[in-house]
Amino acid sequence: MVEVKSIEKSFGKLTVLKGVTVQIPKGKVIAILGPNGSGKTTLIKCILGLVIPDKGDILIGGENIKNNWKYRNNIGYLPQIARFPENLTVSELFRMIQDLRKNQNPKNNPEQTCSQFVSLFQIQSFLNKPLRSLSGGTRQKVNVILALMFNPDLYIFDEPTVGLDPISCVRFKETVLKEKNNGKTILLTTHILSEVEEMSDEIIFLLEGKIYYQGSPKELMANKQENTLEKAIAKMLEENEQKNTN
Amino acid sequence: MQTPIRNYITLFIFTGVYSFGSVLFLANANEIKVCPQCSISTVTQAVLAAKKGDVIVVQKGIYKERNIVIDKSITISGENFPVIDGENKGQIFLIKSDNVTINGLQIQNVGNSYVEDWAGIKLFNVKNCLIENNKLLNTFFGIYLAKSESCTIRGNEVKGTSKNEIETGNAIHLWYCKKMLIENNHLTGHRDGIYFEFVTESKIFNNVSTKQIRYGMHFMFSHYNEYFHNQFTDNDAGVAVMYSDHIYMHENTFSDNWSPVSNGILLKEISDSKIEKNIFQHNTIGVYAEGCDRIEIKNNDFTKNGWAVKILGDCNDNRFEENNFTANTFDVVTNSSLSHNLFEKNFWSEYAGYDLDKNGVGDVPFRPVKLFTYIVEQTPPAIILLRSLFIDLLNLAEKVTPVITPETLVDNNPMMKEIKW
Amino acid sequence: MQGIIKIFKYSFYDVLRSRWTVLYFLFFLISTFALLYFSGNMSKGIVSLMNVTLTITPLISTIFGVMHYYNSREFMELLLSQPIKRSNIFIGQYLGLAISLSLSFVAGTFIPFLTYGIFVSPEVWDFSLLIFTGALLSFIFVALAFLISILNENRIKGFGIAILMWLCMAVIYDGLILMVFVTFNDYPLEKAAVIMTTLNPIDLSRVMILLKLDISALMGYTAAVFNQFFGTTSGMIISLLSLSVWVVLPIVLFNSFAKRKDF
Repeated sequence: MVEVKSIEKSFGKLTVLKGVTVQIPKGKVIAILGPNGSGKTTLIKCILGLVIPDKGDILIGGENIKNNWKYRNNIGYLPQIARFPENLTVSELFRMIQDLRKNQNPKNNPEQTCSQFVSLFQIQSFLNKPLRSLSGGTRQKVNVILALMFNPDLYIFDEPTVGLDPISCVRFKETVLKEKNNGKTILLTTHILSEVEEMSDEIIFLLEGKIYYQGSPKELMANKQENTLEKAIAKMLEENEQKNTN
Repeated sequence: MQTPIRNYITLFIFTGVYSFGSVLFLANANEIKVCPQCSISTVTQAVLAAKKGDVIVVQKGIYKERNIVIDKSITISGENFPVIDGENKGQIFLIKSDNVTINGLQIQNVGNSYVEDWAGIKLFNVKNCLIENNKLLNTFFGIYLAKSESCTIRGNEVKGTSKNEIETGNAIHLWYCKKMLIENNHLTGHRDGIYFEFVTESKIFNNVSTKQIRYGMHFMFSHYNEYFHNQFTDNDAGVAVMYSDHIYMHENTFSDNWSPVSNGILLKEISDSKIEKNIFQHNTIGVYAEGCDRIEIKNNDFTKNGWAVKILGDCNDNRFEENNFTANTFDVVTNSSLSHNLFEKNFWSEYAGYDLDKNGVGDVPFRPVKLFTYIVEQTPPAIILLRSLFIDLLNLAEKVTPVITPETLVDNNPMMKEIKW
Repeated sequence: MQGIIKIFKYSFYDVLRSRWTVLYFLFFLISTFALLYFSGNMSKGIVSLMNVTLTITPLISTIFGVMHYYNSREFMELLLSQPIKRSNIFIGQYLGLAISLSLSFVAGTFIPFLTYGIFVSPEVWDFSLLIFTGALLSFIFVALAFLISILNENRIKGFGIAILMWLCMAVIYDGLILMVFVTFNDYPLEKAAVIMTTLNPIDLSRVMILLKLDISALMGYTAAVFNQFFGTTSGMIISLLSLSVWVVLPIVLFNSFAKRKDF
């Protein structure tokens, strides 16, 4: 689904991605992990076209994304920080984004999908409220709905469950799994490793701008002989440190 | 028979029948009729034939004549404005006798002379003459009086057509005269509308002088004169009053004189005079004063002028009292840091003070000279910064602590409301 | 184009409903009424309003521009991830802000003058020119603010630079002109004055309006040159061209930076 070919990116003197090559298969949930500053968000933003790589190519569905914007019709993105125009109401915001993504696949019915999710996450009563009056949790729900609304082939979630209440969290995860079973590709970053264990088929571990590990979480745990992903990752990092000090 | 000093209002009303009336009154005098088909078909012939006290009635028609010399006391009266045309070849009337009246004529096309001051009507060394209700068109000098006394120039229309100063003289020109009355004339298109040089004890009133190539009125070395109810509008350089004293100027309107060198009124070396109840509106400079002493400037309206008053440092003991300064770009400008003139009880629309005791007089003094006015005086192109925020800040700073603007140029009793009189 | 309109529409709704825009509108409404009431006549009211407009419109447009950019930074990321061209997003946002600010200004000044009968007064053209330049200044300074914001990720730095930029254009530039005049007083400076004025949008707007209002003073002595330039059709065209360059140039620059920028 997504092919990342030796991407390099630096901001000024700071090199964030040092030749990342990765294949993201269709119909899987893939978690991008890594310590702070390892380049997770930059990688995601490269895929989204928000950050333009210095070198390398990214292909989505076989199409190079360089100087292209139409491919984003097939992506639903959930940004980490949910901030919206303060004086628009929730339904106006939904309409705005629907408006922007019109003329797409006629099978899609974003209005209908949207109202399904509105009731799933129970924000019906906020629809006509201005966005500035919303709490952080509600705002995150709006954020989630904006990403899910268009039935795209690829979802990109940046810390999706931060700020969500437990019920919504569960419903969100259920939705993600359902979408996976519909053959959708899901790319997510998160700090909550239990979530990764629970949802993802594969992890991509980024360290200092390089792919350090790619494979299924179960394999990693087996490999490191640990029973939780957390411990397995910790072990992997420790080994890396030892290697560096030697 | 001619009584120049009469109630001018009565005359104004009865102007139309005046000539007819005087003819009746002088029933025993001879009347000589001139018309193109008459036995006397030119004015020159009629004047030759006339005796003292006769009335020459010129009927409608075109008379191509010039150099008509009148050396006896007679009246020349036109019916329906007969035209005396000089064909641009010379002066038309020269009056050399006292008690001559000329009225109701249309006098035109004198022509230019660079040697002689040709005029439509020239009066030389005479007394008690009356020039009334004539139309003078394209007459180099219109009405020219020299060394004369007690004459009246009334209700004439003097219209020039030239475009530059050299090709035209003045509409009404007086030189070494006294006790003259210049009233109700309409003057336009000359070098100066009214020109006074060495003229004393005269009155100029109810005249309109407009669109002159230079000054609407020009005054030199002429003392003890009074002019009032005149309108000086749209002249290239406004009105100039110079080297004179004891002038009383009141209830005139000076407006729309706005070329780069234009003033409502230019006062140069004027002393002991009074300027009262005049309107100065929309002039580049309302009043420009240079070397003036003891002038009382009271109850005038200064409205929408570029500079309402420009008073140079060599002016002393002038008093500006109870005037209205409204919406001028600059109220007062001076080139000196000292001022020996008084500003009292004027209304300034720029004034931002308060009146806590409600006596109608502002409690804080007003300084009409701003720093920017001073800067523009020194560096003229700086005018392009007019009304910019930087200039406002600069003015404010100077207002708080005056350093450059004259400290004595201040109105200590600015009025809160416009003054009515 | 369609993308621009879509973004513009919502951005316009958003800004128009912001309480800052409402305050901005009320500010002009109240101060214009007050100016008209205290000055008593239309032409003096226009002169006072000109002073307010030339100072406040650029300042508020700059502040709103910077604020709006930084505040919608995260939302712009969301928009950038949508299938729409980058330039459309930014131009749409720019138009939304600039048009709603100009509208607040125009409505705030227009309503009082309307109730005082501007349409039957001879000053209607002077007033139209004032409104037009006021609106144009909003477009110019929002564009400059956007340009400064996109070049500075650091909000405080961006804010500082923007205010400094306003200060330079509104105050310091004139101080420099004055210094040049005073220093080179012995040289003919009129042409230099015309050129320097044309280069600063605030000064240019001021002189354009002044030549309609304070013409008697400006025509005096030296300013014949100014009138010869600004009074003619070609001078007017050059002035308007210069003002439009001040709108277009920052947008073009902004756009080219936006194309290459990482968010």
